Amino acid sequence: MLEIKNLHVSLETEDKQILKGVDLTVEAGKVHAIMGPNGSGKSTLSYVLSGRDGYAVTEGSATLEGADLLDMEPEERAAAGLFLAFQYPVEIPGVGNMTFLRTALNAQRKARGQDEMNATEFLKLIRAKAKELNIDADMLKRPVNVGFSGGEKKRNEILQMAMLEPKMCILDETDSGLDVDAMKLVADGVNALRDGGRGFLVITHYQRLLDHIKPDLVHIMADGRIIKTGGADLALEVEQHGYAHLLEEVA
Amino acid sequence: MALPQTKLDATEARIAVLDMPRGGWSTTARTAALARLREMGLPGRRDEYWRFTRPDTLVQPEPPAAALFDPRETAAFDAIDKLKIVFVDGVFDAEASDDLTLEGVTIERLAEASSDLHWAASLYGQLEIRGQAAVPRPLAALNTAFATDGLLIHVTGKPSKPISISYRHASETSDAILHHVVKVDAGAEATILENGPAAARFNKCMEVDVADGAKLHHVRTQGRDHERRAATHVFARLGAESVFKSFTLTANGALTRNEVVIELTGDDALVHVAGACVGDGDFLHDDTVFITHDAVNCESRQVFKKVLRNGATGVFQGKILVKAGAQKTDGYQISQSLLLDEDSQFLAKPELEIYADDVACSHGSTSGAIDEEALFYLRSRGVPEPQAVNLLTLAFLAEAVAEIEDERLAEEITTRIEEWLIRHRS
Ligand SMILES: Nc1ncnc2c1ncn2[C@@H]1O[C@H](COP(=O)(O)OP(=O)(O)O)[C@@H](O)[C@H]1O
Ligand SMILES: [Mg+2]
Repeated sequence: MLEIKNLHVSLETEDKQILKGVDLTVEAGKVHAIMGPNGSGKSTLSYVLSGRDGYAVTEGSATLEGADLLDMEPEERAAAGLFLAFQYPVEIPGVGNMTFLRTALNAQRKARGQDEMNATEFLKLIRAKAKELNIDADMLKRPVNVGFSGGEKKRNEILQMAMLEPKMCILDETDSGLDVDAMKLVADGVNALRDGGRGFLVITHYQRLLDHIKPDLVHIMADGRIIKTGGADLALEVEQHGYAHLLEEVA
Repeated sequence: MALPQTKLDATEARIAVLDMPRGGWSTTARTAALARLREMGLPGRRDEYWRFTRPDTLVQPEPPAAALFDPRETAAFDAIDKLKIVFVDGVFDAEASDDLTLEGVTIERLAEASSDLHWAASLYGQLEIRGQAAVPRPLAALNTAFATDGLLIHVTGKPSKPISISYRHASETSDAILHHVVKVDAGAEATILENGPAAARFNKCMEVDVADGAKLHHVRTQGRDHERRAATHVFARLGAESVFKSFTLTANGALTRNEVVIELTGDDALVHVAGACVGDGDFLHDDTVFITHDAVNCESRQVFKKVLRNGATGVFQGKILVKAGAQKTDGYQISQSLLLDEDSQFLAKPELEIYADDVACSHGSTSGAIDEEALFYLRSRGVPEPQAVNLLTLAFLAEAVAEIEDERLAEEITTRIEEWLIRHRS
């Protein structure tokens, strides 16, 4: 599904290398987790994959189902099936949440040569999905993320994911700032989407989320590299001993 | 003080090509206005009040030609039930207009209201004079003196539908001068709509008297012909507990100067003046607003938003004057521009002058580009860049459009903006 090879990334404006050779393959139907200390490059990886400005890929490649991601505009990546749940969802005053989602959904459908979804169908769908995530009608009407609490923003990301039904979902610290109940909702939302055809890359700090979303593989990222890969128990190890001993281990 | 010779010459050259309509009740006001105009002289490039906007083409004897827009799209407010009045290049079009009768309002044409005694005589040119007190507005005096027609609208009740004035532009060299007087009686309420490019050059004045407890809603769109020019004035006087809300959408036009002069003379009155403009290329839009608080506990609100691209220019001059004794004044003013490229510019001069101590006044002016974070967020969800830019642009203007009370009219305005954005997509 997602194949990242030897990815090197620097900042565009300053001569600073952030990713120093990342190799990672997420197969369809699998959930991979990335853990790692702050500043290790996890968000940078997710941004580079989704096409944000400001980064220069100096070496390596990233493909989605064989298609070169790095050569596409962000909207093309989305239409190709890539989705990033942002660590910090953006507030957009003046654009209604519903309008936003409908525009996005129909833009993707159009790009894929599918018919647009009509208003009635869309409403029915969004109401059902919102209900599962405990998102009320008022939140759907409000401008995108404006005045939302941290937890509401994260749930809104998952709602978007559920509506857009991407093939490859990247979740960047979707659990941070969530209480136990909200985390459960988010995890249920993700698990509902799990099927044989979809890949997940779950970036998180804490093992907590991984109790609810069982990963197939866990990667530890430090200083722009994946320094260790293991099964679900690797997350437990991090939880108990922190990153320090892992870092020492590789050093 | 004697006027500089160039100003004198320019003024006389302009007057020379105009004819003052004679006879009837307006003659006195017209003659006085002409004298006023000669004293002030027409605006010139050096005038402080015209610092950001060159008045030359508004002043010169003949207007620069303005090509006609291909009117394939439907006119604004088409779907709204209304009393329709049409002027073509400033000339009343009886055929295209509805019968001017509507319950709760009497409507006459300035050119035909020739009786010696007319209710409008106490207002025609009179609110304009009051508006000249702080700053000279010579184009308004010229209008009072030489207006060829206009509407005298006396609102006595609550008309069931809006009064709509459509200005069509049919000749590439037309030069139109229209003057409306609107009097809203105590407790009465009406909506006035205006739309259209009007003429190659349009000088329009609207004097508005809103009596105690009365309400007037004013929504206009200034259309689309790229080369047209306009100088408009609204002079409004508000009585106690009255409401006046005015919104303007300006799309295209080489030059538009909209002056709004409001006097809050009765306690607890409320005035909202808002504007959205979208300009692409050869476009200068100037909002010049002057609000005087001369009563207790009044609210004034100004919300102006401009979207500029390809070298378009936006100007905002807005002043709130709070006179001594106008306690509990609530004055708010915001002017913002969204610059879609580096060639476009926004020039703003917000002013507060306050002589009362118990007031709350605020003003802010900003100029910015598209929010890159928001743009990326939208694109990452699959919205193509041009569409995402349009969505954010519409969102930027939404705060001004939200000042329109009537939801259908607000929707109508939003549709106009959307259509413009699609036509002008990068
Ligand atoms: N746009 C940027 N400008 C400056 N520094 C950046 C930028 N993006 C990332 N960085 C730096 O790159 C490193 C990795 O950051 P990030 O990818 O956010 O890490 P993580 O998500 O693992 O906490 C940090 O040192 C961070 O300060
Ligand atoms: Mg991060």
